[in-house]
Amino acid sequence: MATGTEPHLNSGGVHTGTRAAIAAPHLRTDRWWLAPAATAAGLLAFVVYSTWRAFANADYYAAPYVSPFYSPCLAENCEPMRAGPNWDLFGSWWGVSPAIIILIFPLGFRLTCYYYRKAYYRGFWMSPPACAVAEPHKKYTGETRFPLVLQNIHRYFFYAAIPVAGILTYDTVLAFRDENYEWGHMGLGTLVFLVNIVLIWAYTLSCHSCRHIVGGKLKHFSKHPVRYRMWQWVGKLNARHMLLAWTSLVSVALADFYVYLVASGVFDDPRFF
Amino acid sequence: MSSYEARFKVWRGDVQGGGLEDFKVEVNEGEVVLDIIHRLQATQAPDLAVRWNCKAGKCGSCSAEINGRPRLMCMTRMSVFEREETITVTPLRAFPVVRDLVTDVGFNYEKARQVPSFVPPADLGPGEYRMMQEDVDRSQEFRKCIECFLCQDTCHVVRDHEENKRAFAGPRFLMRVAELDMHPLDAAAETGLDRKATAQEEHGLGYCNITKCCTEVCPEGIKITDNALIPLKERAVDRKYDPLVWLGSKIRRRSS
Amino acid sequence: MSVVERQEWDVVVVGAGGAGLRAAIEARERGARTAVICKSLFGKAHTVMAEGGIAAAMANANEHDNWQVHFRDTMRGGKFLNQWRMAELHAQEAPDRVWELETWGALFDRTKDGRISQRNFGGHEYPRLAHVGDRTGLELIRTLQQKIVSLQQEDHKETGDYESRLKVFQECTVTRILKDGGRVSGVFAYERETGRFFVLEAPAVVIATGGIGKSFKVTSNSWEYTGDGHALALLAGAPLLNMEFVQFHPTGMVWPPSVKGILVTESVRGDGGVLRNSEGKRFMFDYIPDVFKEKYAESEEEGDRWYEDPDNNRRPPELLPRDEVARAINAEVKAGRGSPHGGVFLDVSTRMPAEVIKRRLPSMYHQFKELADVDITAEPMEVGPTCHYVMGGIAVDSETAAARGVPGLYAAGEVAGGMHGSNRLGGNSLSDLLVFGRRAGWHAAEYAAAQAFERPAVSDLEVDTAAAEALRPFSAEGPAGGEREGRPPENPYTLHQELQQTMNDLVGIIRREGEMEQALEKLADLRVRARRAGVEGHRQFNPGWHLALDLRNMLLVSECVARAALERTESRGGHTREDHPTMDRKWRNINLLCRLADPTGGLAATDPEHGQITLVRETTDPVRPDLLALFDKEELVKYLAEEELYQ
Repeated sequence: MATGTEPHLNSGGVHTGTRAAIAAPHLRTDRWWLAPAATAAGLLAFVVYSTWRAFANADYYAAPYVSPFYSPCLAENCEPMRAGPNWDLFGSWWGVSPAIIILIFPLGFRLTCYYYRKAYYRGFWMSPPACAVAEPHKKYTGETRFPLVLQNIHRYFFYAAIPVAGILTYDTVLAFRDENYEWGHMGLGTLVFLVNIVLIWAYTLSCHSCRHIVGGKLKHFSKHPVRYRMWQWVGKLNARHMLLAWTSLVSVALADFYVYLVASGVFDDPRFF
Repeated sequence: MSSYEARFKVWRGDVQGGGLEDFKVEVNEGEVVLDIIHRLQATQAPDLAVRWNCKAGKCGSCSAEINGRPRLMCMTRMSVFEREETITVTPLRAFPVVRDLVTDVGFNYEKARQVPSFVPPADLGPGEYRMMQEDVDRSQEFRKCIECFLCQDTCHVVRDHEENKRAFAGPRFLMRVAELDMHPLDAAAETGLDRKATAQEEHGLGYCNITKCCTEVCPEGIKITDNALIPLKERAVDRKYDPLVWLGSKIRRRSS
Repeated sequence: MSVVERQEWDVVVVGAGGAGLRAAIEARERGARTAVICKSLFGKAHTVMAEGGIAAAMANANEHDNWQVHFRDTMRGGKFLNQWRMAELHAQEAPDRVWELETWGALFDRTKDGRISQRNFGGHEYPRLAHVGDRTGLELIRTLQQKIVSLQQEDHKETGDYESRLKVFQECTVTRILKDGGRVSGVFAYERETGRFFVLEAPAVVIATGGIGKSFKVTSNSWEYTGDGHALALLAGAPLLNMEFVQFHPTGMVWPPSVKGILVTESVRGDGGVLRNSEGKRFMFDYIPDVFKEKYAESEEEGDRWYEDPDNNRRPPELLPRDEVARAINAEVKAGRGSPHGGVFLDVSTRMPAEVIKRRLPSMYHQFKELADVDITAEPMEVGPTCHYVMGGIAVDSETAAARGVPGLYAAGEVAGGMHGSNRLGGNSLSDLLVFGRRAGWHAAEYAAAQAFERPAVSDLEVDTAAAEALRPFSAEGPAGGEREGRPPENPYTLHQELQQTMNDLVGIIRREGEMEQALEKLADLRVRARRAGVEGHRQFNPGWHLALDLRNMLLVSECVARAALERTESRGGHTREDHPTMDRKWRNINLLCRLADPTGGLAATDPEHGQITLVRETTDPVRPDLLALFDKEELVKYLAEEELYQ
């Protein structure tokens, strides 16, 4: 068999002239569409919810809880939060919801995340919708050119995600107060925040860029035993990156929704002590 | 479990054309799809072309698409299908067909040649190599590859876009680049070859949109995307998109 | 006859497994333009199936190891029938061959101090097998494949053509070695994809086609193992040596039926797996033969201690050479103490934690899980003997790997005979491939260079004859010579199945005179029918046609095995006679050589009664005294005849 066959330049994908003549674009008999459809539906639901909440500019603070969508709150139009994460860096000219300022970072982090890329390339862009199912596009250049080449800046969003997660941790600490800012209390909201922050950290640290930075870039693990340990540990988390991506997405929405319910007075935060 | 008669559709033909042919064939307990294809050869279609060797999932010859999914015929047990189901077997659909279930996989051998080989360190002779297990673990995982080319077949970059074959090496050979870049004694850098940069510039790493089908079909369970392609992308970022790393290496080079 | 394309090369290597690729690398590095022909795709050779490791006395795991100990183990394993000079060269050169692989990019498992890790194996006194999990063969083939690519890249840089000095002809099959007078002049081959014939003219041909296992029904070998090289050499006039010695690996899968024969690596036992019968007994303790009594543990406790403290304990009998273990399993099953599907139990699940099993035997775990629905970390495997390897092969010169009597013909690897004597130790085949593959490539290149000014010629007549022979299956409908018309052609698949059944039942692991005579009759019958093996369709990638052509080779080789096995009236290594159950010292220095009965090469006139093969006895050279001195006198007494001892 020849080793040097020139590729044919006509782009017909699986219908290229030299390939086996099969009319169907794919022959899968299983429910291959289920995973991309579910992914798309899940992501869409989050986008709708978060867009509404981010632009609502209301019901995001109910002492001692601040919605993760609005933390840190960096404009003058923020609701005052005592010892909370609101620092007026933007001043009074910022007119719209202060959530927009900060949401850029987690949004960018997740948008360039290696898992979410897979999810939306498959679910929305159908490139490909599922394995061995032909994609509908005539041309494909992947992440070789603008704008998708920008996916390569993922690690900067990872760097940015660390202080954001730090501030959310601070918020969680503050949640151990009651509505009068007395320390040593805990309510259902505290629990929601705790779960959320654990998942946020787990998702952030399980990031592929993080795995690369802590040790993956090394050629000799044996010469860096500590970084090797860290790499192994991040690797374990990284194997669950997809799971963490979804659970932390849900938990952050839930935390926000919880604050919304309490702030809008739908219900009172049940206090444990 | 007793034997039963299964319905098969097998693609027969060559580059001029062809189609799915219907067969009814006996299936016995514990058999795999390749057994059935062999039974067809021995009883109904003696000239049915199929490539196979070890029949134990070790050589990677009997790659085909079964009910539309790229798989090894020798590792696909008949028991995963319903008895009533019609099982469709076609050749790999990303490569030119030769005859029946045999395709021309020359693309892969051509790409293999384009990846610069291991560069032995100049100062070490045979027998002097010392490598720690933790340093070879990563490359060893990639060397489990049996070159069945299922990942190359399923990857939409070339499966759905013939014209990309020129620029894109495919998951198997990007993984080879990663393997060499992670080899603890590869001395490519000393000879001026930067595998991190060439992965993107010459082997088309940027085409990969990490949709993970290569990992999904790998019969060896190699985590191609998470352990080879993404780390390679990150290494390419080190070279090309990270000014901090770039600056750091500049300073280090100057001071040394 | 159509015009057949011709190309000129210096060295042609037939076969692209470990030996063939190593030979090709050596020949090319020594300046010969080298072509490799292989039946499969490049990198799919049967070598990938080797699991356990490469035996080489590097002394990384036990500092007492050296080539002398390795030599001693090899001779013991082969019951002193080995060509001792080959065993010596093998033991001496194996470490260099392994280390060289590292410089080509191989990544073996490591010791704590970063050297190549070595594992225990049957018959080896010390942990000696360089390995990569249980996929060592894959690592070997991939490394050699990648080395070839790297040489091609060098050539590309210099000449602009990857294939200017080293080319792999994938999916091509050689059907004849061509000769000019007595010398080799090239090969005749067909390309599977198109069915096109071509001739490679070359003064030197290295045969590295592997074994003959596809003549047996239960085998660990793949379809390629049809004895092509053995038959090609016979047809070219070279003799085969000691073909009666066929190794049945003790542990093949026995269930489900479609995977029967697939190998279960010996590393399972090397790493602690034990054999039990249906009564739960570790029966191997009952089967330690006298010659090995001092070397193996007498109690389970001692055997178990050995894994931790090998210097003060003896190894468990599960690690006896393969022939002993295979016979023992066979005997247990016969005695009614077998497992439900006719094997015995091989258990690691009670010996090692699940995690360790998955790490050290990943492909075994995978293989049983996928193919038999058995979780080897939780339950025992069922195993039984499977045809695995042929010790016999082309008779070669120990130093140069040159086939006897045919200038320009070389052989290396499983297809060459002599190195392993009557039984091969696990791990010694991969090292054999490297050591003698290199030697074959080296001497073939030297020989070819010496012929440069008077290259042998390929005659049109010979090419036409070969082409006619290869095309016969397409016109098989006609009546056979001397027969009446009207008989339909034979189905090659049916013939193949009958041949496999015959060899399995009548010339299998335990042999009897009457059965072997029966086998010879059956083979004669099959031979007549095979001449009428017909195929449908056309020449493009037609497996029926390929099988019809391979049948010639399998029938020739099977006859060699049966005749030699009938002749040797003793039991030794891979040859067990129920009617002559003991090893006979008088046979120690007797080699059996098979030659073609009709040296004109025409198989047409063969007489079914007498067959195609004549057998010659030959007395071997005495073992060199300094090598004999490596053994104790008491041990030698068990193997060597009186007169050999006191020479």
